Amino acid sequence: MNHPLPPTQEAPPAASRRRFLNTVAAAAGGGCLLALGAGLYARQASALPAQALRPPGALAEADFLAACVRCGLCVRDCPYKTLQLADLGDPVATGTPYFTARAVPCEMCEDIPCVKACPTGALDHALTDINAARMGLAALVDHESCLNFLGLRCDVCYRVCPVIDKAITLESQHNPRSDRHAMLLPTVHSDACTGCGKCERSCVLPQPAIKVFPITLAQGALPAHFRKGWEEKARHGGSLIGEQVELPVRGLDAPLAGRTPLEGRVSTAPAPLPPPPAAVANTPRSLDSQWKP
Amino acid sequence: MTPAARRARAHPGAEALAVKGWWRAQRWLLLRRISQLGILALFLCGPLLGGWIVSGNLSSSLTLGVLPLTDPYLLLQTLAAGHLPYQTAWIGAALVAGFYLLLGGRVFCAWVCPVNLVTDAAAWLRRTLGIRTGRTPDAATRYWLLAGTLAAAAVSGSAVWEWVNPVSVFHRSLIFGLAGGLWLILGIFLYDLLIARHGWCGHLCPMGAFYSLLGRFALLRVTASGRNACDDCMDCFAICPEPQVIRPALKPTGPASPIVTSVNCTACGRCIDVCSKNVFKITHRFDPRSPS
Ligand code: SF4
Ligand code: SF4
Ligand code: SF4
Ligand code: SF4
Repeated sequence: MNHPLPPTQEAPPAASRRRFLNTVAAAAGGGCLLALGAGLYARQASALPAQALRPPGALAEADFLAACVRCGLCVRDCPYKTLQLADLGDPVATGTPYFTARAVPCEMCEDIPCVKACPTGALDHALTDINAARMGLAALVDHESCLNFLGLRCDVCYRVCPVIDKAITLESQHNPRSDRHAMLLPTVHSDACTGCGKCERSCVLPQPAIKVFPITLAQGALPAHFRKGWEEKARHGGSLIGEQVELPVRGLDAPLAGRTPLEGRVSTAPAPLPPPPAAVANTPRSLDSQWKP
Repeated sequence: MTPAARRARAHPGAEALAVKGWWRAQRWLLLRRISQLGILALFLCGPLLGGWIVSGNLSSSLTLGVLPLTDPYLLLQTLAAGHLPYQTAWIGAALVAGFYLLLGGRVFCAWVCPVNLVTDAAAWLRRTLGIRTGRTPDAATRYWLLAGTLAAAAVSGSAVWEWVNPVSVFHRSLIFGLAGGLWLILGIFLYDLLIARHGWCGHLCPMGAFYSLLGRFALLRVTASGRNACDDCMDCFAICPEPQVIRPALKPTGPASPIVTSVNCTACGRCIDVCSKNVFKITHRFDPRSPS
């Protein structure tokens, strides 16, 4: 029988060993390169963009990227089609679920079906009260276009908030422009805002003045050693450092005889101009400087 | 090569078609296509028709609201990344792993994986057009890549391979109607067409490598029990996605068993289809029959 198959065992041992080592090295190199490339790509793209929010109960982003198998069961069980899976090339990790508040916000289902559907725990089943969800944090980002900041009564973001009066309140402030009216400023409180996105969705402006961001982007943090004096005072039932000597504040010092604080401040202004010469005192003021050579 | 041989290489199975008839010359191929498309259809029933049979995707799914199935390779990546998944995922992965342990790991590749449709098409076109360009990577690359994906997950603490894994990306794209993954698949098609014969599934895919390892003790096997009838037409080698697995069973150097024991055999059954001499059969691992 003539053997049509290519020979495999003819090469001398040394040569075949060399070839074997070469192929193993090439395979290992190729394998590592591919894995490295994937790793680098993933690292470069692993920061959540500002307008992508994770479903309720999602672990912190780093843990979430370890846990989520990208099955989309949460997406399928969301009755409002809020969630979607990231496509390859999206700025969100490929295949992971997210939502965009301005497109479709989370309706904060009481039974949280998306969390129940998750088989891996990327969405934490310990979340049973949707009000405890922290998908993101709303921030009134644009004080220049928010209608309430302009002194109008829009209030839409406030009214749609499922956690109204806790997550978002209207804080009354004096309106310095009219000097007679109040401005009711929508103010978000991080201890109650779930990040559902309904406020951003409903903002009446063409570009929302209130937006919801992942919490790490939206929230600042005080240094760990900071204490708020008034809170400490309330907690201890009195000042911790005893009564203080009130030092005067320049310009705002206590009223002196016959002078209001305002007058005190005015007194630091340059001296008033001397009265105009009598000759011109009765002529009507005009742009003419009256100067004659 | 004679023109006849070249023709045979371009159209393996032509003789079988003439000898065995339309059905028997491609029945395993047709059954496989039914299986692959049927599984896609089960997933698509929900989004397209509104009646949910299987929800999720191949990474993890829920059938009829009760049966959880999870890809054990996905679970492994999750573990490597440092997350301990819930029980549901463990049960699902155990069911899937048990199924393929019993049946044969690469059965996934030939009967379930949607990428197989693409790479089969590329292989067919490469054969038909007689393209012989390119350079094939070592078939062991996939095992290195498999180790690499798990190491990358462990180092980064994130399932990084899943950012680009063409298998899950393609399936997800089909089920959830995403377009981005199609570029990846086009890349694989062109790679298999122009650069490496069976390049992706047979040499690179770490998912295939994982399922190969899972098939170490699989019961379902192909046997070359009729090997004495072989007339060296080479059709089985031309069609097999893992041609190296056939030789030890078909052309052994000593008195070896005719059963294809290599873990890389995908049990696609194409060798059975294209052989006009009925050399191959599907059997189980402990089939005692010696070659006829
Ligand atoms: S809580 Fe309801 S609306 Fe919000 S993401 Fe989950 S399923 Fe969708
Ligand atoms: S159900 Fe869980 S694992 Fe699946 S995509 Fe949603 S978050 Fe990820
Ligand atoms: S995101 Fe907006 S609507 Fe939702 S809880 Fe927070 S403030 Fe309220
Ligand atoms: S809905 Fe928009 S414009 Fe209206 S109060 Fe809220 S942030 Fe301002």
